[in-house]
Amino acid sequence: MMRLAPTLALALLLATPALAQTQPGAPAAGTPEIQAPVPEVGPASGGQGSGQVPESTIQGDTPTGTPAPAAAAAVTAPQARQPSAQAPTPAPFSDRGQPSAEELELQAALRGERITGRITIPDARAATLIQPEGQDWRTFHNRTLTLVGGIAVLGMLAILALFYLVKGRIRIDAGASGRTIQRFNLFERAAHWMTASSFIVLGLSGLNLTFGRYLLLPLLGPEAFTAVSMWGKIAHNYLAFPFTLGIVLLFLIWVKDNIPDKVDLAWIKAGGGMLRHGHPDAKRFNAGQKVVFWITVLGGTLVALSGYVLIFPFAVTDMAGQQLAHIVHGILSVLMVAAMLAHIYIGTLGMEGAFHAMGSGEVDLNWAKEHHSLWVEEELSKARGTVTGPTAARPLGAD
Amino acid sequence: MARMKFLCDSDRCIECNACVTACKNEHEVPWGINRRRVVTINDGKPGERSISMACMHCTDAPCAAVCPVSCFYTTADAIVLHDKDLCIGCGYCFYACPFGAPQYPRVGNFGGRGKMDKCTYCAGGPQQDNTIVEYTQYGANRIAEGKLPLCAEMCSTKALLAGDGEMIATIYRERVQQRGYGAGAWGWHTAYRETVTV
Repeated sequence: MMRLAPTLALALLLATPALAQTQPGAPAAGTPEIQAPVPEVGPASGGQGSGQVPESTIQGDTPTGTPAPAAAAAVTAPQARQPSAQAPTPAPFSDRGQPSAEELELQAALRGERITGRITIPDARAATLIQPEGQDWRTFHNRTLTLVGGIAVLGMLAILALFYLVKGRIRIDAGASGRTIQRFNLFERAAHWMTASSFIVLGLSGLNLTFGRYLLLPLLGPEAFTAVSMWGKIAHNYLAFPFTLGIVLLFLIWVKDNIPDKVDLAWIKAGGGMLRHGHPDAKRFNAGQKVVFWITVLGGTLVALSGYVLIFPFAVTDMAGQQLAHIVHGILSVLMVAAMLAHIYIGTLGMEGAFHAMGSGEVDLNWAKEHHSLWVEEELSKARGTVTGPTAARPLGAD
Repeated sequence: MARMKFLCDSDRCIECNACVTACKNEHEVPWGINRRRVVTINDGKPGERSISMACMHCTDAPCAAVCPVSCFYTTADAIVLHDKDLCIGCGYCFYACPFGAPQYPRVGNFGGRGKMDKCTYCAGGPQQDNTIVEYTQYGANRIAEGKLPLCAEMCSTKALLAGDGEMIATIYRERVQQRGYGAGAWGWHTAYRETVTV
């Protein structure tokens, strides 16, 4: 097929009446110019006898268009109606020598390019004939995301389990004092739980889309699993909004307490009190909590933004953009799920007294002194400033 | 059993869009959904080709691979079908499909795309063959009646071929040998990991 181009050019050059007349089985002489396309095909088709009828219909080759009706007429009626002394304009080019569909397809696939054309229906996306990126996205969804998500979530669970087995629950060293101090007010807790509860549903319904078919589908059966996934999808779409609002609120409420400083360096050096016994100083949030805060704010923002791209498909971007949004959304989400598992662990099972901070908002004074010493001092000095009398000042001095 | 495939001979396709019309009419496909479409590449330039494209019923179909609810299945004739009662309209198959075959009845904000719809190779769906339920959900089931897809059956230039992969490849090969050229079978490399060698 490729070698047809020179053959064709040669044939067009040699498209003389003499040649045409010598062609076996050619229609009546006298219309030599119209038979010009015939000989060019004859040799290429391996000298098959039927070098005449189907081949002469390839007027599509000649872009000038003028010889075409004449050629068609020649086939049906051997006596051409308008014999012309002039040879037809030879084709300045031919497209028959182009690479085949398979080659173009392979090239496009290797380059990751789409094959796009023109379409007459309103759906502009339908003009893409073949998009090889779909295969890459499939690999991401089925392999990369499953692997990263599985390792992140299961790995974190394993680390936490191991940590619990080795270290056990972190107790309040001094024991509960019985006196409490307010750590988070109602508004802070409401914002936290709005974000947290929507995140849990978002995380579970999201994990279901990637892992559900392997884990839940065999247990529930197809119908029940579809029902669960459908509700999960609806929940996922609508809970995106309280989650986003929560991210914004948490950022505004807590950003002032989450700027990294020198105290954090000391805290990290001391391993957060895990490596050696004792409690490094910390303000309202220690370095670990600051990390959780920034994971939530930055990760949550990116996850929310990519999620809105996915929720309004093709509104702001094209196919490649949708696929990229899914990749960003999926990877960041599973990493956030893993980070939040650690956050949930240390806030509940992992540490005695920690849950009260987000439960009732009142934490035990001894817990607060051990984990947020600088913050307690600050709070108590504030309280001393407002409350007069010896009883109010005594606890700090007694320590 | 046969291994059903589509083959569009782009040297014959005249972009008449009759396959598109036949498909829409046969299955009463709603507005906005095109199970089949004709794409013209190099429009108005040398090498212009029109290709009628629909679901290619891939070997190792990407749609089935990424579906979170596993609603796809492959028939004994290697036709890739899906169960609309299980589809949740997530849109993943559209991201994965190389040919843009999956279609959604609604525009899709808030995940409300509706159930995915695509070319069934005129083979209906998982419902009982040729019932009203099947017709409403998936359209006609010509395969169950022993007929091939209508788009290919009524193609005026016989550019679009449907049937057993070996048979339509043979027809195409003969054509190419006879006429001395052939642009190849679009989509075959992607869908079936093979090409029609002449």
